[in-house]
Amino acid sequence: MTTLTGKHASNAAAFIKDEARTDWHDETLWMVRHKRDLAAAGVLEWEALRNYASNIKEHTLSNLDDYLSEFEKNALANGIIVHWAPDAAAHNQIVYSIIKDAGIDRIVKSKSMLTEECHLNPFLISKGIEVTDTDLGERIVQLRKEIPSHIVLPAIHLKKEDVSHTFHEFLGTEANNNDPQYLTGAARIHLRDKFIESTLAITGVNFAIAETGGFVVCTNEGNADMGVHSATIHIACMGIEKIIPKAAHLGVFTRLLARSATGQAITTYTSHFHRPQPGKQIHVVIVDNGRTTQLGREDFRNSLKCIRCGACSNTCPVFRRSGGHSYHASVAGPIGSILAPNMNSTQYADLPFASSLCGSCSNVCPVKIDIHYQLWKWRQVLMQKGEGSIGKKWMMQGMAYIFARPKLYRFAGSFARKFLRTVPFLAQSKTFNPWYKNRELPQAPKQSFTEWYKKQQ
Amino acid sequence: MKVALFIPCYVDQFYPQVGIATLEILKKFGCEVVFPLNQTCCGQPMANSGFNHLAGGCNENFIQNFAGADYIVCPSGSCTLHIKEHLHSDKQEAEALKIRKQVFELSEFLTDILNIDRIKARFPYRVGFHSSCHGQRGLHLSSMSELMLPAFSKPEQLLKDVEGITLLKTERTDECCGFGGTFSIFEEAVSSKMGKDRIHQHSANHVDYITGVDMSCLMHLEGILKRHHSPIKVIHIAEILNASY
Repeated sequence: MTTLTGKHASNAAAFIKDEARTDWHDETLWMVRHKRDLAAAGVLEWEALRNYASNIKEHTLSNLDDYLSEFEKNALANGIIVHWAPDAAAHNQIVYSIIKDAGIDRIVKSKSMLTEECHLNPFLISKGIEVTDTDLGERIVQLRKEIPSHIVLPAIHLKKEDVSHTFHEFLGTEANNNDPQYLTGAARIHLRDKFIESTLAITGVNFAIAETGGFVVCTNEGNADMGVHSATIHIACMGIEKIIPKAAHLGVFTRLLARSATGQAITTYTSHFHRPQPGKQIHVVIVDNGRTTQLGREDFRNSLKCIRCGACSNTCPVFRRSGGHSYHASVAGPIGSILAPNMNSTQYADLPFASSLCGSCSNVCPVKIDIHYQLWKWRQVLMQKGEGSIGKKWMMQGMAYIFARPKLYRFAGSFARKFLRTVPFLAQSKTFNPWYKNRELPQAPKQSFTEWYKKQQ
Repeated sequence: MKVALFIPCYVDQFYPQVGIATLEILKKFGCEVVFPLNQTCCGQPMANSGFNHLAGGCNENFIQNFAGADYIVCPSGSCTLHIKEHLHSDKQEAEALKIRKQVFELSEFLTDILNIDRIKARFPYRVGFHSSCHGQRGLHLSSMSELMLPAFSKPEQLLKDVEGITLLKTERTDECCGFGGTFSIFEEAVSSKMGKDRIHQHSANHVDYITGVDMSCLMHLEGILKRHHSPIKVIHIAEILNASY
């Protein structure tokens, strides 16, 4: 797997070097945001629906233990086999055991951000299992040995020319044939074989319903269904936060999900699974992997309301201009930036700073997670934990010292202005002054407002 | 009406004309304006960088300067929002809470407290309005493109009646300019690119000026405009509203 290991700021700077591509990436995702706006505007009660969804999730998170138990009881009664995994390793082991017990060496998998988070693919491959991601975007990045750059649009960082090149290399398509229909056709033929060969299919779970013990999987390509229908074993992997109390609540979320994600009224396939067909098996793996820790963090708890629509990434002016891989995490973008520090506060300490705090993410969020406010709060937690650089800490200590002392502030201000007026070239360094790299410094006036005001009195 | 004028530190140091315009507008509308002389900074640069725990001294100084004021008015949405959301004090929390309720950004003070719907001013130019995020999404100075709610804008409501002005909307009405405080330094590449794109959207309208309620966004945009030798200038909304016949 090739993943970027640098910090967001330097990864983003590298991404922006290709400005034409950055503009293309920005405009493509902005178009998705625009489609979302049109779809949302078509629902008169949109804001009420967001409130309702947020409240249902709030209630569910407050009673998660009860609803998970209810789900398990009803799922078992339906003939579904339920597994519990405290962490990623346990999840991967459970999935592998099912595959091994069935004597299978190749599987198909539809889109599941949870399995990305658990790094299931590399684990299974290391055990000699052939894993084929069947979502078109995921298959493209899988062939390229990349991770998805976006939770809903995994290959959004790639142009059709890139896809053509990848397919030519791995699927033997004509070189430089960039026709999307031709390329999709080739992927279709390639994936059909994988579907037919595989007797075990893994899917994610969008919503698990406590009341019925069933679950719902949403896709646009029908690849989850195709995999499941041709297999005898279906493994569905879900985080503990995917639960909703009643079937009646489902409509609230399906109305919001696709509109927020891509501007569609509903996903092309919204598949309900309640019980295995005769002679077949359904396994549900319910995973914690840090979620109960997050649930215990009062300031960050409601990040677990997320339904993985990706709207926050599409609207994020930083994401659009830095690409998902710059976030070096399995879930990129604003929501990933508040989830990742929960898992590893050192590795992901830079992510809450990958935001101008414009607040657009919180406004598009269909379940009203206060994303930008949580980014701000993570910054406080991380810097107090000492995850910031020493230079930054000194800079902040210096500023705090000056701003607490009015006389010193006035002196420093007057000195800085005089400095900029007399020896401006000392501040005009693209190496030492990041501001100056792409921006001129403000003109330093002779008089501050305070100095002017004093003279008027 | 007694008003305590809160001038952000960077406006004090680099854009005194914005402070002067703010003071003069408030006086024009009959406010008795005082400027507490020992004010410094609202503490936002530390807080947004994750060092709010170092802002204690800054906060105490702010409270000392503004305690007891009927209204506190500031020509910046961002600094106003910071005070509203984060001013705390170990020594005088009641006073801090009171200040948080009394602080207003200039345009909302004019429309909501002074109930002004028309300002006599003249500014015969093509002007692009930059909606600053903290003023818009934080203080709700205007409606937001993401929310499916009725449209309004307090600052644009004031600007639209200025004589001779041609107000122009950009294609992406409320996209962030990329300043973001210390974000402009620590994420320099993205910040500059966002600013460049925002300017591109305004220049498509052939504007003479870009205006807004936050000089910090405008300072960032000004820096990029000057680097590219653009004829477009930036101007704070207070300067336009104070532009006389």
